[in-house]
Parts: sequence; C-alpha cells; structure tokens
Amino acid sequence: MTFSAEKTNMIEFRDVHKYYGDYHALRGINATIKAGEFFSLLGPSGCGKTTLLRTIAGFEDISSGAVLIDGKDMANVPANIRPTNMVFQSYAIFPHLTVEENVGFGLRKDPRSKDEKARAVAEALEMVGLKGYGKRAAHALSGGQRQRVALARALILKPKVLLLDEPLSALDKKMREQMQVELIKLQRQVGITFILVTHDQEEALVMSDRIAVMFEGQIAQLADPETLYRRPASKKVADFIGTMNFLPAQVISDSGATVEIDAAGFGRMSLSPDQVMRGDSEGGPTIGLRPETLTILFDGQTASDREVFGTVEEVVYYGDMTYYDVSLPGAPEPMRLSMRNVPGRPVLDRGAQARLGWSPGAVVLFR
Amino acid sequence: MKNPSLKLYAVAYLIFLYAPIALLPLFAFNDSKVIAFPLAGFTTNWFAEMWADQQLFKAFGNSLLIAVCASLLATTLGIFAARASTRYKFPGKAGILGLIMLPMVLPEMIVSMALLVVLIAIGVPLSIFTIILGHVLICTPFAVAILTSAFQSLDRSLEEAAYDLGETAASTFRLIILPLVMPGIISSLLICFTISLDEFIIAYFLGGNQTVLSVYIFGQFRFPAKVPAVMALGFVLVCISICLLTIAEYFRRRGIARTGGKDTGGFL
Amino acid sequence: MNRGSSSGRFRNTEAANGLMMVSPTAIYAVLLLAAPLIAVVLYSLMVDSKVGLSAGLTFDNYITVWTGRIDQALMLRSLTVSAMVTLVTVALAYPVAYFVSFHVRPERKSMWIFLITIPFWTSYLIRVFLWKVILGYNGVINSGLMSLGIIDEPLTVINYSLGSMIMTLAHAYAAFAILPIFVSLEKIDRSFLEAGQDLGESKLMTFFRVTLPLSMPGVIAAVLIVFIPTIGDYVTPELIGGGKLPMIANRIEAIMLKQNDKALGSAIAMTAMLIVAAVAVVFLLLNRRFLKGQSK
Repeated sequence: MTFSAEKTNMIEFRDVHKYYGDYHALRGINATIKAGEFFSLLGPSGCGKTTLLRTIAGFEDISSGAVLIDGKDMANVPANIRPTNMVFQSYAIFPHLTVEENVGFGLRKDPRSKDEKARAVAEALEMVGLKGYGKRAAHALSGGQRQRVALARALILKPKVLLLDEPLSALDKKMREQMQVELIKLQRQVGITFILVTHDQEEALVMSDRIAVMFEGQIAQLADPETLYRRPASKKVADFIGTMNFLPAQVISDSGATVEIDAAGFGRMSLSPDQVMRGDSEGGPTIGLRPETLTILFDGQTASDREVFGTVEEVVYYGDMTYYDVSLPGAPEPMRLSMRNVPGRPVLDRGAQARLGWSPGAVVLFR
Repeated sequence: MKNPSLKLYAVAYLIFLYAPIALLPLFAFNDSKVIAFPLAGFTTNWFAEMWADQQLFKAFGNSLLIAVCASLLATTLGIFAARASTRYKFPGKAGILGLIMLPMVLPEMIVSMALLVVLIAIGVPLSIFTIILGHVLICTPFAVAILTSAFQSLDRSLEEAAYDLGETAASTFRLIILPLVMPGIISSLLICFTISLDEFIIAYFLGGNQTVLSVYIFGQFRFPAKVPAVMALGFVLVCISICLLTIAEYFRRRGIARTGGKDTGGFL
Repeated sequence: MNRGSSSGRFRNTEAANGLMMVSPTAIYAVLLLAAPLIAVVLYSLMVDSKVGLSAGLTFDNYITVWTGRIDQALMLRSLTVSAMVTLVTVALAYPVAYFVSFHVRPERKSMWIFLITIPFWTSYLIRVFLWKVILGYNGVINSGLMSLGIIDEPLTVINYSLGSMIMTLAHAYAAFAILPIFVSLEKIDRSFLEAGQDLGESKLMTFFRVTLPLSMPGVIAAVLIVFIPTIGDYVTPELIGGGKLPMIANRIEAIMLKQNDKALGSAIAMTAMLIVAAVAVVFLLLNRRFLKGQSK
C-alpha cells in the first residue's frame, strides 16, 4: 500500500480471493485505486478483470479478503446500496422506457420534486451530448447513443465510483476513438473515480491515469501508462502492451548498481537497475526493445548512440508508418522496427542492407 | 430448389389441414338435417337452435369459468417455474422441471385416471373444482414453455442495472421484469385458456355431474338430429379459437419488437 | 472473516432462492402428479375385489394383463395404429417443414407456421366429429361421390375402420410433427449446404448427406411427440372406431370405471406406460448418433 498525501484511497483490495466452485478466479488481489483517478483493469479474456470489477459493484461476492470503498468494508453490503454505479457491456438500457425515464430511473426514491428531477435529467442528458433526446424510445437508439444514456443514468446519481465494463467493445473503430476522448473529458468534468475494464491495451493507454494489467486472476503490474510501456515488469506484460522485440541475452556481471550483458545481435551493454526486471526467468535472460526505439539510418546520418548492421527481410507499409523486419547476425529472429513516413524519406527494399541506430537506455532486461 | 412442386405440396397439405374445418361454415348454414352433399340451401336455423339450448349455455358457462381459473393458475405457476428455471441454479433442478413438464408427454388418459383414483380414495367429490385441478396440471407445462422463452430473452444485465440504481428484488420485478415479460404472460393466458376450453378427457372423467362444453358436444354425437346444430356450435368455437390465437400471436410479435429480439416463428 | 451466520448465508444463496421460486409449481406437481402416479403404481400391485382392495402386494394383475388375449390384442392394435399414424404424419410433415424453412422468405415464415398451427388449437372434439361426418356412411365423401355419380353404393371401408382412425389421428397431430422438424431445420447453418454444393454435390446429395442427418433431432422429437399421445388417445377410437376397435385408453376406462377394478386398471395403465417408455428408449438408442453433439 502506498502512502499518498494528496489523494485518498477510494478503492482498496486486501488479499482478495474468489472461487467459482473449484475454479480460482481471483488469486490474491492487492491494490488501491485513488479518488478521482481514471483507472483501468486490462487483460485478456478470462483474466478476472470483469470479476474484480463486479466485486466492487457488489454483483459478485468474494471468497476471502476485503474490498473497501472510501475506507468502508463492503462485506454484506448489497449492490443496490453501494456508492457505485455501473455502465454494463450491453448498456442494459430498459427497452420499454423512454430515454428520460431510463436516465431518471435511479431517482425514483429521491425526495426531490418532480421539476427538480426533470431538470437533473435534462442536465445529465446535456452532459453526455444527448440534449433533447428525452422523449425518444430507448429501444430505437444506436449503440453509441445507448452508451451515453447508460452514462447519464449512472452519473446522475453522483456515485463515488463509476464502473465501466468494456463500454467501447461494441462500437466501431471511429465511434470508439470518439468516445475515448469524450470519456476522458467527462471524467475530468465530473471529477469522480472511473474504473474501466478493457482487453484493448491501446484504449487503456490512451485513457488511464494508472492501469492494472491482469493475467489469470492476478495483477501482473500496476503502473501509469508510460511506466507500463517503457518498463514492463515481465515478458508477458511487455508482449501484451504494444509490440516488443525479444532477444536472448547473457548476464556477464551483476553488481546491483550496473548489470553487464551480452545480447544476441546487439552485443555488450551496461544497464542501470531500473532497466532490470527480476523474477521473470522463464526462458533464460531476455532483452526487450520496442520497435520505435530502433531507427534506420540513411546515408549521411550518424547514430546518436550505437549502431548495428542487418538485412531487411520484410517491408510493410501502413500509411503513416512503415514497418521493417530486419535480421541481425546472431539474433534468432528478425527485429521489428517502425519508421514514420516523413515526406522525402526513402523506403528500403527487401534484401537491402540496413544500418540501425539504437540505445542501451531503451533496453529492458527480464531475468 | 426453385421446383414449384414442393410449394404445391405444401399448399395441398394446408388445404388438407383446413378441409374438415372448412366444412363447418358450409354445413352450419346448410338447410338439411343430414351432413351430405348436395347442399340444400342457406339457413340460420341451426344457430337459432343452438342459441336456444339451455344445457348448452350452462355447459359453456362452466367451460368459461374453468378456463379462466385454469389459465390464471397455470400462468401464475408457470411464472414461478420459468423464473426459477432461467435465473437460478439449484439442486435437483432438472428433476423438478422434468416433473413439472411431465404431463406434456404422458397420455391424458393416464393422468386423468391417476388423479381420479386418488381423488376418489381421499373422498373429494368430483366437480368443477376437480376439473380445474386437472386442467391446471396439464396447462402448466405449456405456460412454463412460453414463459421460459419470455424470461430467457430478458437481458440479465437489465436486472443488475436496476439493482445498481438502487432498486430491490421486488421492485425490480415489478418495474422491469414484469413489463418486459408481459407479452409472454398474455400469450400464456390465452394458450392455457384455449387448451382448457377444448379439453375433453379430464372434463369427462373428473367432472362428476357437471357438464362442460366438450362433454356436451361428446354427448351430442349420439343424436343424429342434433348434428347440424353441433356444426353451428363448432363453427362458433373455431372462430373464437382463431380470434384468441391471432391476439396471442399479435402479442408475441409485439413482445419481440419491444425488446428488439429475433422472431423464431412460433410459441414453442 | 465473518460473513454472516451459515443459515443466513444459505437464505441468500442462489440455490435457496431458486428452490423457493420453483416451490409453488413443484409442490403442485408433486401433489397432483407424482403422488397420484405413485398411487397408481401401488394400486397396480394390489387386488381389487368386490369387497375392496387387499393389502398385500402382488403381481397378479400384471400377469392377467400380459397373458390376457384381449389385452394383448389391444396393445398390439394400439402400437400398430400409433406406429402407422407416426409414420404417415412425420413423413408427410417433413416436406412441409422443409418448404417453410428453405423456400419461404424469412419474414413470411412465422405466418406459415401460424397458419399451420391454427387447426391444432381448435377443438379436437369438433375435428374428430368432422371426420366422422366426412367418413360416415351417409357422410360427406360418400354423398359427394354418389352425387357426382362416381360410385353407386356408399363405401363402407372408410367408416369404422383402422384406416379411418389413422386418418383422423394423422390429421390431428400434423402440427405436432411439423414444428419440431421445422425448428431443427432452421438451426442448420446454411453455409454447410453451400459448402457441400461448392464441393460439387448435387442438391439431392446435399439433402441426404447433410440436411437430413442434421435435422434428425427434430425428426426424432416429432416421432415421440406424435407417438406418445396417439397411443393413449381415447376419443378417436371411441367415436371413429365405433367402439369396435378400442385402444388402450378405452380399455382402461372400461376396466377402471365400468368394471370398477382399480387395481387391474392401474396395472393396464402401468403396462402401457412401460411399453411406451420402452419403445421410446429403444427408438432413442437406435438414433443416438444423431443426438450427439447437439445442444438443445
């Protein structure tokens, strides 16, 4: 548990375990989520992220451990009393009600007058960009519109935490990108804690303040996007987030302050402690390099740090980027690297000799 | 296969299905005491005769009463069973549901006789009440089938959303679940009503002295003179059945439209 | 961590809620179906004489039923009639189901199904009555054929015969057969058929090698749905058979009520149920390869 002076812990998981019969779905989750954060639970299908989300909401019980919301243990607190609200993956808009009846549904027992409630509903609709949609029938809306109704319906109750279960997975690419930006803006505007579940790592990186990467019921790494990307804690995390080139390496010396290694294809280099991820020893010591940290040097260009020579195996043009697969002598697999398509920059052919610029500072060692 | 012979066959089949029923309007208005060709001329006498028959009306009244009670009870029982079946896992589920649905695969004769034997042994007098008991027994499986389909098409997250927004289990049922399965409930009521109205075996053996419509019709078989009047009655009954069915189908389709589901073409 | 008393936890578990929810219906079924059926089993093992039921359990009734010539003939006749009805009904129903599933536009399908099922929902008695009228000595067919001059004397073969009973029952249970076959045909992924044709099969081959086997669960369901109620039918043998061709149900009534022998009647009923169950099980076993890998 980290001690934070500025922000309180809104959600705390203390050694949370959950079993479905014999199946161990959550294996000892320990984490805290700060108030006002945009937090994501990221992982492949079946990793337990949705289960964990639902334990916050109260739709799943836990087998042992504790879930705390704003300092209070949620054991025996049913879902309909908890200070959370959820946007479901299917949006769960009530099809037999209108938009405003949906949005105002949670206000049924609210003591305010009808006019005040109507005003609150109108405000909520405006906040999600659905001004004037109040009288529409809910079953006649598009996917994106339904999602906004779900958001309005949840936020109008001013929960302490908003839970979102893969809210963008049903939308097409353009809609998804648009909603990502809108969700970020919304969260800043409303100021409450958002917890998002997604299997799309791009989405998580774009939207979150911090991300918990989960595999098989456990949190593999909990960090902000940049740390996750540049300093992934394990090969699995590195591979899940973005693309990573992996190469075998030999450790020559390890003094704690510096680690000397000899990597296939790249040779010897010195690494500082923050570049070394200990505990991931499967397959022997391995280094990882992101594609964008390798540059193709054209005639006349000098490397800013170090250089290595290789042969172009494959060229893939993507519009704004060109991806190269370059094989290096001594390396078992070609390296994937990406170059921005700047006007005037030449594109290498298959079979051409390439000069690659790289820096040991971009390397991560897993051992 | 753009072969028209298949369509021809299907149409011929439909004609074969409807042919006997088509005789009803033909001979209900036919001015002859005998159901035979050639047709003799138009008359509404048989309807007048049917209308004047007091016994018929008494029997019809009994049938209506039984049908209303049986459909209400069977649908209620069906709601419980369908909700339990689609929403919860519990020990013995397959066996319990199997027992509830069993009347669908047992010959009615056996069900009636078994009930009769027990009722006589306990000393319960046979009456409209015992007929209702029997009808509820055989209508409930149909209600369960229809309502299970209605409950299944309910998105489970709708319930969770209602909870999440502060409702209790009871208010969720009232505000969300009930309105959305209402078309299924209406279908079930209509189907059970129709089944009970037409049912014969249980009404015959468990009715004691009370006559219901089907038993009355059965009794008329022995009197050749009454045959045309029975045709008239049959015509009226078929019209009522078709009306009820059309209403049930309308509600079934409306239910699907409301929740945006897919039409799989039929009740079962 | 204490999460409440164990009985409190049970009250709130899914299993408890489920059992509570199903209990009204379940209790009704137990009281009015399970208990009476058990009573029938017990009765069948007793002896009913003029002075009432005897207490000891015996298989005497079953021996009477199995060795009695009347009962044997009756069972055989019932099985034959049901088998014929099932064969005729299912065989005639399949092409109709196929037609609606494959040759009708999707938006028209439920209309066809609706039209097919309407006759089924009208009064069964009225329909049997109509068949009696059609097939009778002075009935519609005879009078119609005679007035057209096709025959001089009324046909007697069409009334009060097994054939007429089979016809009536086949008509009554037609819809029962069409629906399950239709449902299973609908479930067949159309791309299987296109794949077959893509690989060079003729339409007929596709039908026999792909469509028919995949629709077998529906056919099996149709067979059972027609066979089981038909064998226990009471009205048709009574009215169309003229009382001269009784089937099991009529026999049970005769013994149970007219002879007031509840024990023997129960034994007949149990025997009939066992034979029907045995036939159904054998049929399912013979066809089990069609049922594997199918989810309902």
